[in-house]
Amino acid sequence: MEALNGTIKVDGSSTVFPITEAVAEEFNKLHPGVRVTVGISGTGGGFQKFTAGEIDISDASRPIKDSEKEGAGAGGVEYIEIPVAFDGLSVVVNRANDWVDHLTVAELKKIWEPSSIVSRWNQVRPGWPDREIQLFGPGTDSGTFDYFTEAVIGKEDASRPDYTASEDDHVLVQGVAGNRGALGYFGYAYYQENAGRIKAVPIDAGPGPVPPSEETINNGTYAPLARPIFIYVNKESLKRPEVREFVRFYLTEGIRLIPQVGYIPLPSEEYERSLDAIG
Amino acid sequence: MKRRARREKDRIFKLFLVLALLAGVAALLLLLEEVLRKGLPWLDFRFLTSFPSRFPEQAGIKSALAGTLWLLGLTAMFAIPVGVGAAVYLQEFAGRNRPTAFLQLNISNLAGVPSIVYGILGLAVFVRALALGRSVLAGALTMSLLVLPIIIVAAQEAMRAVPGSLRDAAFALGATRWQAVRRVVLPAALPGILTGIILALSRAIGETAPLIMIGALTFVPFVPAGPLDAFTVLPIQIFNWTSRPREEFRLIAAAGIIVLLGVLLTMNAGAVWLRNRYQRRSES
Repeated sequence: MEALNGTIKVDGSSTVFPITEAVAEEFNKLHPGVRVTVGISGTGGGFQKFTAGEIDISDASRPIKDSEKEGAGAGGVEYIEIPVAFDGLSVVVNRANDWVDHLTVAELKKIWEPSSIVSRWNQVRPGWPDREIQLFGPGTDSGTFDYFTEAVIGKEDASRPDYTASEDDHVLVQGVAGNRGALGYFGYAYYQENAGRIKAVPIDAGPGPVPPSEETINNGTYAPLARPIFIYVNKESLKRPEVREFVRFYLTEGIRLIPQVGYIPLPSEEYERSLDAIG
Repeated sequence: MKRRARREKDRIFKLFLVLALLAGVAALLLLLEEVLRKGLPWLDFRFLTSFPSRFPEQAGIKSALAGTLWLLGLTAMFAIPVGVGAAVYLQEFAGRNRPTAFLQLNISNLAGVPSIVYGILGLAVFVRALALGRSVLAGALTMSLLVLPIIIVAAQEAMRAVPGSLRDAAFALGATRWQAVRRVVLPAALPGILTGIILALSRAIGETAPLIMIGALTFVPFVPAGPLDAFTVLPIQIFNWTSRPREEFRLIAAAGIIVLLGVLLTMNAGAVWLRNRYQRRSES
């Protein structure tokens, strides 16, 4: 194998960062001559640099927006969109909570919408105990917050304000584990790390309750709280052998690394399709 | 009777002052205890000489530490001569008139500008217009702008405290203004100027927002080889570790904080040593 060298610049979403970091770390062991740098300017910040042609690859926790597509057109940047993994959200309750068997999306909305006055469990569903409900969730700067409000309320950033908010997911785990009447939500990776201390709630979006798991997120039944995350590759950069090799490595060896950092791989046909696309 | 009441008041006031001091110290000790307890077991030679990794056992601080040292070195190189120079001009050469007062007011105001604004400026000027890219040089220039007002104000303050009689004595001996500044005022003001420099660099070492703005990266598996290389710094690396789901990352974040404190203390100790040396010399 010919020795590769050069620099590959990656920037974008902090949600995708752990995957790209893991891939870059392993890639570096194989190709010590290639320097891969990864930044976390956020999905929007990453696209800004990407469409200006300043970076080779953009990490994105959502598809590119139309306004960003226009920016790419103006900058003369052509790109390929590659879905790399699933990111799931978990709705969790205290381990001693023995009444919640599942929640419907409508019930979630009733609890979390901006005008919500729900303060006790029996207001959510008759028959549930008359016990105070303590709410925990990420702060408004978090991508998880944007995603949850969009998926459950139907409008990004629309949420009741009176809940315990923290940008630090460990604080949320602590809060839910310590309060019997607690309800919270955060990234699936955090639930997985703390599965012994809290309970994930199956979500019913119509066809019946589905618990979050690798399988249900992968086959798309855990809706609407699972989403694909992407990398965007500049076509011009892709002509460089080190970038091409990196993306190929991402889609082959990278899959093995995705569960290690708490995300869920896509069905393998997806990766094969992307591999075909980069040629 | 009256006298006793006054003494009583005196005692109560003293107690209040001691409590105020203890509150600050206690918070600091609590913080130190927490960080040391969590971080010390992880702090070893391997940690200092490894690059970031997704495995906490393999992750290290090498590129962030090197980036911070690069950034501090370059920032000091730009900000100290320019800052002290500006202060000397304003304090010793500029006339006491309206334009000077206007300049002075603006410098004091600059010290209060939020750091992210400097980041935006750095992105537009250094990264894009001067095409330095997201390099450690662009970062250091941005940081220099950020800490300049601190250095200027502190250096001016220090020079103002030098007794006018010393200047007059130099002039009486036939010294020019520059000679008086170089041989008399600057040496006498040096301890105060050094204090300003310590404060300025201590601020630079902890700043994150402007560096993220200009594009300091998070995963950098190499040490910058030149001023135009990409870089990361300790606060960015520490922040990234604290936001990871695995508990161990928070422990190595604590170890990273100890390294940051170590760099800060070493730097301050060096400056205090220099200050004491010059203080003795100017007194003798």
